[in-house]
Amino acid sequence: MTDSLRGRVAIVGAADTEVGKVPHMTPMQLCADAILRALADAGLTKDDVDGLVTCNSMAEPYMYHAEATAEYLQIFPRFCIGVGAGGGTTFSILHHAASAIVSGMCNTVVVAMADSLRTGMTRERAMVTQSSSGHTQFESPYGPTVPALYALIARAHMDTYGTRPEHFASVAVTCRKHAALNETAQMREPITVEDVLNSRLIADPLRLLDCSLVSDGGAAIVLTSAERAADFPHPPVYMLGFGEGYGHEHISQAHSLTESAAGIAGARACEMAGVTPREMDFAQLYDCFTPVVLLELEDLGFCAKGEGGGFAASGAIELGGALPINTHGGLLSHCHPGNPGSMFALTESVSQLRGKAGARQVSGAELGLLHAQGGILSSHTTLILGSEATL
Amino acid sequence: MSYKLGKHLPPVNGESAPYWEGCKQGELRLQQCPSCSHIQFYPRLLCTKCSGRGLSWIAASGAGRVKSFTIVRRAVSEAYEPDVPYVIALIELAEGPTMMSNIVSCDPETVEMNMSVRVTFDPWTEEISMPLFEPA
Ligand SMILES: [Zn+2]
Repeated sequence: MTDSLRGRVAIVGAADTEVGKVPHMTPMQLCADAILRALADAGLTKDDVDGLVTCNSMAEPYMYHAEATAEYLQIFPRFCIGVGAGGGTTFSILHHAASAIVSGMCNTVVVAMADSLRTGMTRERAMVTQSSSGHTQFESPYGPTVPALYALIARAHMDTYGTRPEHFASVAVTCRKHAALNETAQMREPITVEDVLNSRLIADPLRLLDCSLVSDGGAAIVLTSAERAADFPHPPVYMLGFGEGYGHEHISQAHSLTESAAGIAGARACEMAGVTPREMDFAQLYDCFTPVVLLELEDLGFCAKGEGGGFAASGAIELGGALPINTHGGLLSHCHPGNPGSMFALTESVSQLRGKAGARQVSGAELGLLHAQGGILSSHTTLILGSEATL
Repeated sequence: MSYKLGKHLPPVNGESAPYWEGCKQGELRLQQCPSCSHIQFYPRLLCTKCSGRGLSWIAASGAGRVKSFTIVRRAVSEAYEPDVPYVIALIELAEGPTMMSNIVSCDPETVEMNMSVRVTFDPWTEEISMPLFEPA
């Protein structure tokens, strides 16, 4: 049964809104804009949509966000759901959306997510809202920031494996290098390892440039069945594998600080897709903070446990390397509007697999792995996408 | 880490009331399963090991070690700014469970991995005393 969804659903439309500082648009406008752009990319109109998935906006929350979005657009779907799983939100819903298509519940699902964390909220409110991921009785009273919660993981990795701050920094440098090739990215000025190590400490050992951006922006994709996918303007991008893994919700309850449920999620996705990590042409790995990428490289099987630092610093994760990651610049340099963050990894992967990623195109890209996590290294979702050649 | 208006006060509920009552009395309390002796934190309806109910409360020794830590340089909100730089740590208690806390009564720069610590209580309000840790 694990291969029941392999290759049966495809992405036929994908688009981003303007990202970075977008004060002239509300979160709902960004969401609607992303949907209209993705539909245009697919050659469809809003009346073709019979399934809608969104996530809530922190800057402008609705009790029932997907329903409110459908009303705003005046569309009347048969499948409509708002999801909330932190950074893992984007991919954790995709297999539900794919299942809705395969089961015949609907034909055309739009997944759209947007928020305005940069200009739609004060800095204080954005920090407090995001740090509410801490346990309200047993963590939050102590005053942990989100960087502090991830710093606990970083410190444990350093202590267990001898990982050094310059290893973390190499992830930030790589993402910035890729963002420099992406004219839509929020931060494009190249940085060096020294720049990261000289940026101010936020929560030891994490420095400012180890932390992802705070952004406005949104993105959307259009899904349909593989049978229908050939009739669209662009080559379809097929969903080959999904996998989820759950270890804890609050970091003080983690069974391990150095090994995450990314391993389980990745293994499940690879099993469904019938592929191994080594076959990947690229990977988009959740990079809310630089150390997370090292854990993902290890737990997903791209390098041995404990060797993420050396692997990242070797250049292997850069364009032209063995496994280019975050080719659009990631959350560290492209944009990070909160829960919608991984949508951009998705739209970037579609561009890569269509061969339309311009200066940052991975040559011959046919197969890619995407990973997202929510909470504090808590919930994990892996997605494997491929071109027609991989079916 | 004394209380300042605007800090996040723990919302005590029926499940956690004995824990916070213990803190008020200077006692760190953990749940223990009468069937399998498993000791757990935070308080729950069930024993996470054997799913048994009817957990009882025990007084922990208050001893633990630093499993990981960070020094927060940018406070989570204005109310925590006077405390900067402050330590957020995961403490593995001698009884087994891990909990989050602050490490106080020392220079944050002297905190180390695996350092031995012991609990201390900081009265924030009449109802809430926060369990914090200091070098043992
Ligand atoms: Zn038990």
